[in-house]
Amino acid sequence: MVKYSPAGLDASFAALSDATRRGVLEQLGRADASITDLAEKFRMTLPGMMKHVGVLEQAGLVTTEKVGRVRTCKLGARRLEEETAWLDRHRQLWDARFDELDKVVEQLKRREIVNGRKK
Amino acid sequence: MDARSETQPPAKKNPTTVERKSDRELVVTRTINGPARIVFEAWTKPELFKQWWVPKSAGVFLRSCELDVRVGGTYRLVFGEDPAKTMAFFGRYLEVVPHSRIVWTNDEGGEGGAVSTVTFVEKGGQTQVVLRELYPSKEALDASLGSYDGMTETLEQLDELVVTLGASVGRS
Repeated sequence: MVKYSPAGLDASFAALSDATRRGVLEQLGRADASITDLAEKFRMTLPGMMKHVGVLEQAGLVTTEKVGRVRTCKLGARRLEEETAWLDRHRQLWDARFDELDKVVEQLKRREIVNGRKK
Repeated sequence: MDARSETQPPAKKNPTTVERKSDRELVVTRTINGPARIVFEAWTKPELFKQWWVPKSAGVFLRSCELDVRVGGTYRLVFGEDPAKTMAFFGRYLEVVPHSRIVWTNDEGGEGGAVSTVTFVEKGGQTQVVLRELYPSKEALDASLGSYDGMTETLEQLDELVVTLGASVGRS
């Protein structure tokens, strides 16, 4: 299940602002990996990698699953893309709505002028 | 600042912004080229409201639109061309401050329904419209997001989009 973070896109962008975390995403794009694998690949301590993965997870970019003693990380279901698309669709609809509202308001303004503002 | 006369049509359209402010809140803003009292009128009179709330590009049919805009008053929008397959959106107005603020519930989604607040701030003959949709929980907003998964450009899904936006959160 895709997780949505408190600050939405901000959290995603913040998560992506770090080179290691971008590297982790790239790596996970090739294959799922355990935190231990990732720590080794990026030459980091386990707690250090856990922190990075935690940030990515918070932003919904990565999901983790613990099986036995191994925590496996995978990409979080296209979350950034989805959220951007979702916001876009909202924007499109509201934009269309407000365009129509503009027209209605224009009509009302004209009507007021015609009627000398006595509706 | 804005010296445009009231008779002049808007030179160009204003941008609409949509932001997810938090887990539970979506905020839409837009400046409308007219005074707040007129925007308020367009938001509160059914015959005007239905001219813009459901834009043609959305491709859905609004069967009926009843708005009783006063504190405690209710609204009801019914969509769908086929009378056998209609979908209703309804709720209650919690706050109504003429020309400046309207707050309403979105009750068709049961407990997952958002509370919507729109404010109108007039400046130089234009009105900044800020609409906030506050969901009862992160889960409620997540559920509404969920309906966008794998969405493609079909009329049915556009229908769903309008439905979701027209009333906020998922009917479950």
